[in-house]
Amino acid sequence: MKLTLSWLKDHLETDATLSDIVERLTSIGLEVEHVDDKASLKPFVIAKVLTAVQHPDADRLRVLTVDTGDGKAPVQVVCGAPNARAGLIGAFAAPGTYVPGIDVTLTVGKIRGVESHGMMCSERELELSDEHNGIIDLPADAPVGTSFAAYAHLDDPVIEINLTPNRPDATSIYGVARDLAASGLGRLKTAPVEAIKGKGETPVKVTIEAPELCPGFALRLVRGVKNGPSPKWLQQRLIAIGLRPISALVDITNYVTFDRGRPLHVFDAKKVAGNLVVRRAKDGEKVMALDGREYTLTPDMCAIADDNGVESIAGVMGGEHSGCDENTTDVLIESALWDPITTARTGRTLGIITDARYRFERGVDPEFMVPGVELATKLVLEFCGGEPTETEVVGYAGHTPKIVAFPLSEVKRLTGIEVPRAESLDILSRLGFKPQGSGEVVDVAVPSWRPDVAGKADLVEEVMRIHGVDNIAPQPLGAHDAVNSKILTTLQVRTRTAKRSLAVRGMMEAVTWSFIPARHAELFGGGQTALKLANPIAADMSDMRPSLLPGLMSAAQRNADKGIGDVALFEVSGTYEGDGPDQQRRVAAGVRRGTAKLDGSGRSWAGNSGSVGVFDAKADAIAALEACGAPVDRLQIEPGGPAWYHPGRSGTIKLGPKTVLGTFGEFHPKTLEALDVSGPICGFEVYIDAVPEPKAKPTKTKPKLELSAFQAVKRDFAFVVDKSVEAGTLVRAALAADKKLVSGVSVFDVFEGASLGTAKKSIAIEVSIQPVEKTLTDEDFEALAKRIVDNVGKQTGGVLRT
Amino acid sequence: MDTLENSLMADIASAGDEASIEAVRVAALGKKGSVSEMLKTLGAMSAEERQVKGPAINGLKNRVTEALTARKAELKDVAVTARLAAETVDVTLPVRQSPAERGRIHPISQVIDEIAAIFGDLGFAIAEGPDVECDYYNFTALNFPEGHPAREMHDTFFFQPDDKGERKLLRTHTSPVQIRTMEKQKPPIRIVIPGKTYRQDSDATHSPMFHQVEGLVIDKTANVANMKWVLEEFCKAFFEVPQVKMRFRPSFFPFTEPSLEVDIQCDRSRPGEVRFGEGTDWMEILGCGMVHPNVLRAGGLDPDEYQGFAWGMGIDRIAMLKYGMPDLRAFFDADVRWLSHYGFRPLDMPTLFGGLSA
Repeated sequence: MKLTLSWLKDHLETDATLSDIVERLTSIGLEVEHVDDKASLKPFVIAKVLTAVQHPDADRLRVLTVDTGDGKAPVQVVCGAPNARAGLIGAFAAPGTYVPGIDVTLTVGKIRGVESHGMMCSERELELSDEHNGIIDLPADAPVGTSFAAYAHLDDPVIEINLTPNRPDATSIYGVARDLAASGLGRLKTAPVEAIKGKGETPVKVTIEAPELCPGFALRLVRGVKNGPSPKWLQQRLIAIGLRPISALVDITNYVTFDRGRPLHVFDAKKVAGNLVVRRAKDGEKVMALDGREYTLTPDMCAIADDNGVESIAGVMGGEHSGCDENTTDVLIESALWDPITTARTGRTLGIITDARYRFERGVDPEFMVPGVELATKLVLEFCGGEPTETEVVGYAGHTPKIVAFPLSEVKRLTGIEVPRAESLDILSRLGFKPQGSGEVVDVAVPSWRPDVAGKADLVEEVMRIHGVDNIAPQPLGAHDAVNSKILTTLQVRTRTAKRSLAVRGMMEAVTWSFIPARHAELFGGGQTALKLANPIAADMSDMRPSLLPGLMSAAQRNADKGIGDVALFEVSGTYEGDGPDQQRRVAAGVRRGTAKLDGSGRSWAGNSGSVGVFDAKADAIAALEACGAPVDRLQIEPGGPAWYHPGRSGTIKLGPKTVLGTFGEFHPKTLEALDVSGPICGFEVYIDAVPEPKAKPTKTKPKLELSAFQAVKRDFAFVVDKSVEAGTLVRAALAADKKLVSGVSVFDVFEGASLGTAKKSIAIEVSIQPVEKTLTDEDFEALAKRIVDNVGKQTGGVLRT
Repeated sequence: MDTLENSLMADIASAGDEASIEAVRVAALGKKGSVSEMLKTLGAMSAEERQVKGPAINGLKNRVTEALTARKAELKDVAVTARLAAETVDVTLPVRQSPAERGRIHPISQVIDEIAAIFGDLGFAIAEGPDVECDYYNFTALNFPEGHPAREMHDTFFFQPDDKGERKLLRTHTSPVQIRTMEKQKPPIRIVIPGKTYRQDSDATHSPMFHQVEGLVIDKTANVANMKWVLEEFCKAFFEVPQVKMRFRPSFFPFTEPSLEVDIQCDRSRPGEVRFGEGTDWMEILGCGMVHPNVLRAGGLDPDEYQGFAWGMGIDRIAMLKYGMPDLRAFFDADVRWLSHYGFRPLDMPTLFGGLSA
């Protein structure tokens, strides 16, 4: 919403400065987005050409002497304009002036050998119009030496308000003035619009067939008009707020739209065939609109039609066929009410943004429907002459004000400030509300221009914004009177801990898109219809991700493509199994590429990092789970994982037979190919929401530490087993051989070789033995060793390697 | 005897290693050693003679022993010195960086932790909700009427309609969690809601996916004055400045009434840097207001009994303001150079007792 200062002052009597007004507008909720104080036009002065002679060296240039009115000697200016002549009065820019139309700051220069001390400007050079056939040529009485901008009324500051969608009343300059006056920044001085008496009935009749879309329609004919250009002052105002003057009739509709927030439409009456019908458009009905484009309508849209068909898209844009032009002699002025939701939807569907739609979708003042016609008639008669008929009003049932019961204590309750009763009521009255009653609760009648006000909280806002938000002193929120307890849920704690634990492992946290290409989603078990966006922002951001891995793998590849091949990335975020609120998982995932191992990447004098692989991913997965409190000693690792992994180099982490806590591994070559990712690359994904909640315990005391008095010893065993035997099974067998004495088992060597036979391998383990009751004798050790060998033999078929 | 002593001392001094010094010791002090043999002669001497020779021979023995010990120690030092010299390495050779120094936490996570630290201190809990929402929680319950222009302003991502013709959407703000929380929990409520939000918008300051943090206070007294206090305290703590100047402007959001937008005073005269608590520029930072009576009703609360306020701001945006990232889109690129530069070290945990940022 744009307005100029002088236009505002048509309605507001005030001594306030521009900056006071701007500051007040923002503080009462009409946020000023931009102010153009027209300072750029200040340097241009009215000057008179005293002499003009041909340039000695250039056919098209003239050398002028110019009186700039500063009392000093005339200045010499070289000028190329065909209309430059002695006696011409125009706009002069001295050296040092920035000329916006040519984006140049003037200096004293020589043009073809002749010095030029400034410039006589064209309208285009001042960005006033596209006129560039000659320099500005002012009437002989233009005062030389004074400001050109002030003379031409171009110094009127323009204020742009970023209007919130709830304030239809402030889509007019009059409404802005009303708000400022209510805030005490002046007096609203506009007189009510007077009705203009017409002669005879309006010959064109209106039938409203869709009253739910059109709660009122006013129409009047003015015969015998002459539609020339509108007056200069009106054109200047329209230009200042960014509109293009067209003709007096059209300019009047735009003027009333901005001045009063009352959009109007004018039909050339001679082009209207028969009477007008307000109805839903027929499906597929077409109309050529004023913007020169053809639109196809649907029954969801409201149309104004005559015998020829649709003449106007109600509330949005008029039709070209019945529009007014310079030949118009009889004009129909329409002022109607349109359903805001229908107007908004129609405009949105057709992609039309107009000043009319902007106002109708917010809701125009129904009580100004008829005054709107009257005001427009007055201006038509003034600018174009003619004779009006009587105004025809159809379908308007009148406005019954909303009454809001308003306990005055609400202001204090919701805002914390005490506003005296009289002030609250006064503020409301100044805004046009009508409070009635003398008790604590008053009945407040809401003015017709405030459809946004529906309840007492809305009235609190009115009082608060006019009283001044700055007058509300901050008050501490009642303190919680104890040390604050834990505020994070288990899942939130896990999310944070998982992130930090993975970052500590040298990985970098990425935040990748929640939506990924459909083929990536399908590859990782997603792609179901329920998780496909109907309106993705890009074709490859279409499906909610079933896994964090495709995003991370693509990210790793993007880095590799930039020459950084050794990257370790992780993300802890949501994946989507369905569209229900419980189907969003919380997942920690990571990928390592190249040689980005835990200890570092690349080559080093102390030993090069090898390529990343399944065990790097496994270590990351377990670290993340352990950080989240998973019982790491009870985790089961099963070989193999989902289809996107390398079947022989991946694993699934389980807790019990059913709970899957995660997967890890290297990737299937087909996955890499489909994602356009090159290896070596490994990754993992753990479901931190699947880790069981820790049991609540009555005490934080840790179990007593039992330290054995007897020395711990270690014994090595090497078993020859079938190649298919899993190390995990062998380790569990050794541990289970004597749960009391065996305190730990680690695998220190795995060997395959011809000496063992092709289908065999050797697994060497170190068994930690912790005596608890007595020092073990040689016989005790032998007996324990036998139990270990026997149990491993039983569980795996392995025999001691000899 | 003097000849013997001179000879022994010369042998000791010339012994070059532990073996030769041991040989000298055995030759002098061993069972058959020259000094030991001399001591054996004492028994056959007269008392007078012994009185003269005894101390002399014992003196010799002591001097030889001392000389042996001293030479042994000397030789050991020489040996250690030689070993140390042999073991010397080039300590300027580089070592690998600790993984804990190499890893990075994304600025969004770090800022969420900072927010949690501040609001935790004010007695708030952290609430969360799903990204895929239904129209009711995202709009209707938040007092967005059907067809209202405010809905259009949200540029919503929709899913395909289901069998019943209902279409899910990606939440356009974190506010649905307000309703979900009210449905689950009776007041007093003090929560902050960080999370992902989505709008169909993309440029240097808009991204189709972004992060918001929402706050909600509901009890029987919370008012605009309290809200101003909470937000001013937050901004001071978050931007880590002793003072901030904030401007509360009346504005409009469907889910609050009265509604306010908040600008923060800052100095943007240095390129690429914003300083808060000084300067003459105003920058919009958040929206807030008193929870709309219709929203309280949607949450099952009587707006005449309960009241409260809510606010929302962009996590990415306040991260950019505080830490100076110029372009929002880079947040989601996972470029390790960006992460390394703008990310945080894993052990830099934001706390109030240790300071939010290092």
